[in-house]
Amino acid sequence: MPQKTYIEAIRDGLREEMERDERVMILGEDVGAKGGVFGVTEGLQKQFGEWRVLDSPLAESLIVGVAIGAAMNGLRPIAEIQFQDFIMPAVDQIISEAAKIRYRSNGDWNVPMVLRSPFGGGVHGALYHSQSIEAIFAHIPGLRVVVPSNPYDAKGMLISAIRDPDPVLYFEHKRAYRAIRGEVPDGEYTVPLDRARVVREGVDIALFSYGMMVHASLEAADRLATDGFSCEVVDLRSLRPFDRAAIVASATKCGKVLIVQEANLAVSVASEVAAIIAEDCFDSLDAPVMRLGGPEIPAMPFSPPLEQFYLVTPDKVEAKLRELAAY
Amino acid sequence: MAMTRIETKARAGLDAETLRLMYRHMLRSRLLDERLWVLNRQGRAPFWISAEGHEAVQVAFGMNLRPAYDWVAPYYRDLALTLVLGMTPKDHILSVLQRAADPNSGGRQMPAHYGCRRLNIITTGSPVGTQLLHAAGIALASRMRGEDAVTLTSIGEGGTSEGDFHEALNFAAIHKLAVIFLVQNNGFAISVPWQKQMATQDVADRAKGYGIPGVIVDGCDAIACHRAAREAVKRARRGDGPTLVEAKVLRLTSHSSDDDQRRYRPAEDLESEKERDSLLRFKATLEELGVLHAGDAEEMRSELVLELDRATDEAEASPLPSPDSAMLHVYAEPEG
Repeated sequence: MPQKTYIEAIRDGLREEMERDERVMILGEDVGAKGGVFGVTEGLQKQFGEWRVLDSPLAESLIVGVAIGAAMNGLRPIAEIQFQDFIMPAVDQIISEAAKIRYRSNGDWNVPMVLRSPFGGGVHGALYHSQSIEAIFAHIPGLRVVVPSNPYDAKGMLISAIRDPDPVLYFEHKRAYRAIRGEVPDGEYTVPLDRARVVREGVDIALFSYGMMVHASLEAADRLATDGFSCEVVDLRSLRPFDRAAIVASATKCGKVLIVQEANLAVSVASEVAAIIAEDCFDSLDAPVMRLGGPEIPAMPFSPPLEQFYLVTPDKVEAKLRELAAY
Repeated sequence: MAMTRIETKARAGLDAETLRLMYRHMLRSRLLDERLWVLNRQGRAPFWISAEGHEAVQVAFGMNLRPAYDWVAPYYRDLALTLVLGMTPKDHILSVLQRAADPNSGGRQMPAHYGCRRLNIITTGSPVGTQLLHAAGIALASRMRGEDAVTLTSIGEGGTSEGDFHEALNFAAIHKLAVIFLVQNNGFAISVPWQKQMATQDVADRAKGYGIPGVIVDGCDAIACHRAAREAVKRARRGDGPTLVEAKVLRLTSHSSDDDQRRYRPAEDLESEKERDSLLRFKATLEELGVLHAGDAEEMRSELVLELDRATDEAEASPLPSPDSAMLHVYAEPEG
């Protein structure tokens, strides 16, 4: 199977789905001639023309609002928000409109739209090019929120998202674009939008994470394995809906749980996963549920020592795992 | 582009049948509106937000569209517009009474949050101005498929202060999309007068800034409105792009059933507005033109009241939603 980077896998998914379905179009800032600021849509405007790969004005509410209208009139738009940090002007369109259109019309209308946006830090992006604000959207019924961690899932989940009849927020970690490689089949395949995946089996500690934190978790799990501790690593993949059964199964099996995320912890994805485990796995737990994430400061600062302070690294995951192992 | 002011021109080439139908549509909306106020004041309906004073322009635009082919992204005062396009008084009484059979939302939304897929009337929420971007997106899809469908979207003058107003006009103008932005300017956003909403005299002035035509029309002059609508629809349909139409209308009622405009509007203003009511004016015009004869309007009224009585009875007999139906339609139901 061909090896591809994460960004190539996303681009393949976009191109193939646009070749198969002429309703699919892309709308966002710089997505055309430039191919996006990260190059995700490189070459697509040349192949599909200026309408289907449409450079939008610099206005995020417009990007999402226009995509919603186009979706209601038969297109399958993929809206790109250049950085997740700049999604705020579009939040009214996402939460008040896209998330509620099926519900408020009693099933009469729906919004088959994908919103792609890069998130996450570790690229010297400072406060406004580093954030992980997925929890805001994971709170909202009517949205789907997915975060693929590897190229295989990136392509398969993107195709599923485009074909889904409801709005899907598809968040891609910008550090994964070129750092993460993996096997990606040529041609059509789909990955479900509501299933977690066990990426490493183990019996002592269950580690739940998503996005780049899956890779930090795997590295830390490798290090503990040399000392005889067996960690199960679960890639959540979907943050709405959560795959409750998969979370409960791994937590029950291991009895000890660490949840790792890049975002700060208060009222977050980790909070919800911990709550699910508290509700459903109480009798199986051998230790308190532990969480590891960013500090409670407004966002990731610029200067390298400050950025490193914010980031969850394999070292930090390893330290937390050892604390949990010793409990 | 120059801003134009559209005036009445005798009967503007409209035949007697069309003129009578316009009046009938206006009267039907007004009588339904009055009925919904009664249901509210009787305690049978918790909320109503009225279209009284806005009927002429809505009927004029509705009659120039092709229902179920053209698209509408309405706002909460578009009662008359939805009726012209094919929704019924019963549909809206079901909504006000929060019944399961309400086609707008199945009793989920407050009244006047219109929507009907069968007629290409998109569902509307409560945040002001979001629908303008949906209209631009709808028109983009029509344009990409090479269709000549027109999209009409409405908003009040207060809504023009929202950022989405600017973003939608700008986008529709850039791509010459077939959108008509109809601003129904009644002078008040709840209690805030237009002078505190904008520094220009007319909303239509802003069209210049987007490179599109801006049109002002007396929204209580049904014939002038019909001309304005015909021009804007023609322009959109032939691919020449959007028009910003500002209709100066009256708000003959308080903002909603929860508001009392006597607290912030002088009594004499409210009295003088009643005299400028489009229904009175249009009836007088049609009598002058010999289109309506003695007794015609009264006959129409009795027919429409009969329709309303029947619709009210049927809606009241219709069941409320079952509690557990609240869980439906969050996502598509799984296939199979």
